[in-house]
Amino acid sequence: MTTTFTHEFNTPVFTGKTSFPTGLFINGQFVGGADGTTIDVVNPTNGKVVTKIAEGTSKDVDTAVVAAQKAFDTTWGLETAGAERGKLLNKMADLMEAAADELAAIEALDNGKTFWWAKNVDVTASIACIRYYAGWADKNHGQVIETDENKLAYTRHEPIGVVGQIIPWNFPLLMMSWKLGPALATGNCVVLKPSEFTPLTALRMCSIIKETGFPPGVVNVIVGYGQTVGQAISEHPHIEKVAFTGSTLVGRKIMEAAAKTNLKNVTLELGGKSPNIIFNDADLDTAVGWSVHGIFWNHGQACCAGSRIFVQSGIYDKFLAAFTERTKALKVGDPFAADSYQGPQVSQIQYDRIMGYIESGKKDGATVHTGGERHGTEGYFIQPTIFTNTKPTMKIVQEEIFGPVGVVIKFEDEEDVIKQANDTMYGLAAAVFSQDINRALRTAHKLKAGTAWVNCANTLNPQVPFGGFKQSGIGRELGEYALLNYTAVKAVHVNLGHKM
Amino acid sequence: MSPAPVEITVSATGRKITVPTGLFINNEFVASVDSKETIQTVNPATEEVICSIVAASAADIDVAVAAARKAFQTTWGKNVTGFERSRLINKLADLMERDAQELAELETLNNGKPVRVARDFDIGDSIQCLRYYAGWADKITGEASIDNKTKFAFTRHDPIGVCGQIIPWNYPINMWAWKVAPALACSCTIVMKPSELTPLTALKLSELVVEAGFPPGVLNTVPSYGSVGGAALSSHLDVDKVAFTGSTLTGRKIMEAAAKSNLKKVSLELGGKSPHIVFESADLDQAANWAALGILYNTGQDCTAGSRLFVQDTIYDKFIELLAQKAQALTISDGFAEAASGGPVVSKTQYDRVWSYIESGKAEGAKLLIGGQKRPGKGFFVDPTIFTDVKPTMKIVKEEIFGPVLSLAKFHSEEEVIALANDTSYGLGAGLHSKDANQCMRVSSALEAGTVWVNQYNMLNNNVPFGGKKQSGIGRELGSYALEEYTSIKAVHWNFGEKLDWPF
Repeated sequence: MTTTFTHEFNTPVFTGKTSFPTGLFINGQFVGGADGTTIDVVNPTNGKVVTKIAEGTSKDVDTAVVAAQKAFDTTWGLETAGAERGKLLNKMADLMEAAADELAAIEALDNGKTFWWAKNVDVTASIACIRYYAGWADKNHGQVIETDENKLAYTRHEPIGVVGQIIPWNFPLLMMSWKLGPALATGNCVVLKPSEFTPLTALRMCSIIKETGFPPGVVNVIVGYGQTVGQAISEHPHIEKVAFTGSTLVGRKIMEAAAKTNLKNVTLELGGKSPNIIFNDADLDTAVGWSVHGIFWNHGQACCAGSRIFVQSGIYDKFLAAFTERTKALKVGDPFAADSYQGPQVSQIQYDRIMGYIESGKKDGATVHTGGERHGTEGYFIQPTIFTNTKPTMKIVQEEIFGPVGVVIKFEDEEDVIKQANDTMYGLAAAVFSQDINRALRTAHKLKAGTAWVNCANTLNPQVPFGGFKQSGIGRELGEYALLNYTAVKAVHVNLGHKM
Repeated sequence: MSPAPVEITVSATGRKITVPTGLFINNEFVASVDSKETIQTVNPATEEVICSIVAASAADIDVAVAAARKAFQTTWGKNVTGFERSRLINKLADLMERDAQELAELETLNNGKPVRVARDFDIGDSIQCLRYYAGWADKITGEASIDNKTKFAFTRHDPIGVCGQIIPWNYPINMWAWKVAPALACSCTIVMKPSELTPLTALKLSELVVEAGFPPGVLNTVPSYGSVGGAALSSHLDVDKVAFTGSTLTGRKIMEAAAKSNLKKVSLELGGKSPHIVFESADLDQAANWAALGILYNTGQDCTAGSRLFVQDTIYDKFIELLAQKAQALTISDGFAEAASGGPVVSKTQYDRVWSYIESGKAEGAKLLIGGQKRPGKGFFVDPTIFTDVKPTMKIVKEEIFGPVLSLAKFHSEEEVIALANDTSYGLGAGLHSKDANQCMRVSSALEAGTVWVNQYNMLNNNVPFGGKKQSGIGRELGSYALEEYTSIKAVHWNFGEKLDWPF
């Protein structure tokens, strides 16, 4: 049973048709799930079902692992030279580039982010990421290490084998690229579970992967639920490594499953409650612009969102006024409208969660400085929201909301704000705004976060590593660092003369 | 008025190739500013002139350097991202791939090597080399230290600047790629002087540089005579670095000129007289194949040619018989012939040089196993020539011949052959054949060469460094190491906490 998803886009920002096979992508073919069940793909602007796609189960994961292992032993792994792997990745990037608008439109339809953001950030950065890792494919060197003249000691940087990758719904295509890039460059074969909420760009990518010419079994994509497919991947005895991006809650489950089964290698990229610190001597305009981007980018659905905004008292009133004005001016609307900045949240569940946090903020006595309500009457749209007059113990200050909801907190003292900023179980990112470079660097160096932004926020490059301190994660993605996640280091000791 | 391109017809295939004849500066082909000199390019298989091109003068070099400097300060250097450089270099590789057959035929016409070899090896390797360095362009990282509590200390790997690159005639396209790729990846700009013997493919490749989208002035091509263009680049006060591949003799001149002018950085990839050792445990048939390849590939015109072959006495008779068969199985002919394994040597000068060595071998008493007879007719063809019973003092054993002429000697012990192998001022390549793993490690450790092949010869990879010890060169090409040749390290000490007491 081959199913095809076809959709005509007739919008102010994009007109065109997309048509691509759906199903589970195993061993280079699109197939139905073992149980024959399906998952509804919902358009978050109106809650309507866009299409149904095949649902994967743990049996399908087993099939995929067999295919991946076979490919690893015969057509991929060390059987294909790094230069060839790099060439395929670059070809894939070329095909993504040719389909850029289409991919952006599918992403906007499925996730709710605007076509503009999808095209100019998500798709562009995805292509850049793939091209970056294409370049690493033939450069993952080991070392030759001096010991003594009677021994030759060196390391081999080998691919791990079959790796499992579980990606979230907030940046579906981008997260797929962050995962596939380093894994494929280093010669691994992949079993990837996209989010059941946003599978469409992943499925479109399967056709691109096929057209690129990756051998069958190198990339396998199984759409399914976390408790079934995600769990199966985490527990699988023949998957030697799992990489997960998502909530800290689920991250724990994955690490637990790995611990209880084959002690597979685990890297996690989890949640955050990232502080954004604005000192009196910040450039106001710079701070306001980046702070808006810090919390409202992607409708607040970013793990590194600068959701706790600390503003020094001397600049507080001016900042709050400008920040509020900018926030109010953000246009919430259809992802395909020419002037929309923000579309709907991704799902009913997320909508309910965020509204729940907003209610809790109101109940706890925080002030809704702007927003705080649903936007419109259809779909999962929420007004960009700012809370003030909060207390550190409030849920909206402690817990990750993952929506367009920021809290603005006044502070006085530098030492104190650093303490407050670090007072969280998370440690993904942080931002500092100050025109005193000494203060900015001093503060950035003291913040317990995997990424510290100075006079900017939420800006990433494929060459620069990204990941969390504390309960925001284990391991780093992007940059050269990501290669280690997918490398098995073997040390070889060759005896040239030592006698026993 | 820019010089007109010429249309060349490749008689063997009927293909018409348009070749630009001007100097390539600022993305345009232009006439010399002050000279009417031209270079005649010759087909070494037929001895006929292919076409004439403009020969750059010292003043033209000034113009090219100025263009490269301007580009470095405005559109290249620190003004372009690694990502963009990567994209452009990859595009250039794609275009080379598209035009591979045409470039191969032009290479064969001008250099003589077989078309098939030019296309699949020279050009194939060049495309991969470009792609390899495209991948490095956005990965040039410095170091950041956290040892200092009040200071942020880090290094920047800046591009060196304007680089003069002088390449030889034995692998015109491949040497072009080896130079251009890492320099562009590191964001340097280039003034490239191809060999006056084989400038045509460098000019043709310049068209692809425009088509790929490189800004004007990033890569400039100035064919000229070595004593003119090469000398001008080496002594130029506004060139930050010169990279040269060619003879050790010329390499010295370049280094001297650099020292006397602005102490520009110098990397040299020079000659060799590489030893090739066959131990008794070797797979003899394979060793004979590799040994033949080592001296006959590219008609012996290879800086790493395994030109001194040492065969262990216990297998000597058997091996030399095998080797003679292997050598005689190759066809040296016009590069457009289907069966050609090798072509003519590149020029009359080289032809005369090689023959004078053959005559000196005969005169000094070495014995001819095969070869040693001139061919009648047109073309600078030299047949495979193997001398045995050589002595270390003979010219054919000490000096680089750069032709298909092998000196073959017998040896007894491992210690003896290591001493013989290392007894040279060169140190570029070396090879050994043995099934004894410990011997392989011992001997490869002991050989004084920048590249040592074990149970192989000649085969290089873009991600493995290449270069010479001793008088075979300075610096390394290929691999990540080449990046160091085009990078200038700046250390930044950024104080954010230390106050200076005064008086201190």
